[in-house]
Amino acid sequence: MTQQILFYAFAAVLVASALAVITLKNSVHAALSLVLTFFTAAGIWILLEAEFLGLALIVVYVGAVMVLFLFVVMMLDIKPESMREGFIRFLPVGVIVAVVMLAEMLSLIGLTVLQEKQLLVDPAIAAGGITAWLGKALFTQFLLPFEIAALILTVALIAAVTLTLRKRSGVRTQKPSQQVLVKRDDRLRVVKMASEGPNNGDAA
Amino acid sequence: MISLAHFIVLGTILFCISVAGIFINRKNVIVLLMAIELMLLAVNMNFVAFSRYWGGPAGQVFVFFILTVAAAESAIGLAILVVLFRNRATINVAEIDSMKG
Repeated sequence: MTQQILFYAFAAVLVASALAVITLKNSVHAALSLVLTFFTAAGIWILLEAEFLGLALIVVYVGAVMVLFLFVVMMLDIKPESMREGFIRFLPVGVIVAVVMLAEMLSLIGLTVLQEKQLLVDPAIAAGGITAWLGKALFTQFLLPFEIAALILTVALIAAVTLTLRKRSGVRTQKPSQQVLVKRDDRLRVVKMASEGPNNGDAA
Repeated sequence: MISLAHFIVLGTILFCISVAGIFINRKNVIVLLMAIELMLLAVNMNFVAFSRYWGGPAGQVFVFFILTVAAAESAIGLAILVVLFRNRATINVAEIDSMKG
């Protein structure tokens, strides 16, 4: 019973904050409501006894991704009014598409069948906790995807840095690679010429 | 008791909200990126619920990878956004038409 009340409370907050994300005028407020959405979703996952992923969601999304979003929103100088053009115009279309899609999805997934499904009490989870259970699967069955995920993160890191790296023009700096490559001939020129001296004219 | 249907319906509602968000916020790239994150969250909700009710670890491991890829995606997306704003001084989708698509 407590679980049900908690679920409905969390679900209400989740839907309300998701609606706030897409309707709020100010991007900073939208980002903050998205933080609330992720936090509530983490709560629902913990209610579902998937506590490792719930905490991972908080750490990854609230801790890293949303801070990145907030940084970018505050760095860019955007006027909220100019971003609202077409909001009223596309509102009916958006609502109609969403409602039709919701009706279609709900009619397609067999809700009556899903309703009979009850939460599984897995002996493997009960023995060592869900983190150990998940870790075992991750490091045995899914080891290669795990390594590829690490590679993806590295590539994303390098891509983000190279994309935003700015080359300034008119800055005087040393280029050590070119300094090292310099040969004697680039700096010194030996000129062959007749010798000049006080006796040169007298000999003739 | 809460059944699997509750979580699936919640994920569906969340997904439809984010689709509506993409429709009504078609000027602001940042809110579009946030709507994409909401969509991924809705999908993750389904994965976690199915994994818990059917008892396989694959669903939760998949959520793990979706989180990784979504973090990479938002980092690169925001980097592109910063470069775009530096060059064009706008993030209005309607004004970004230099590729004439």
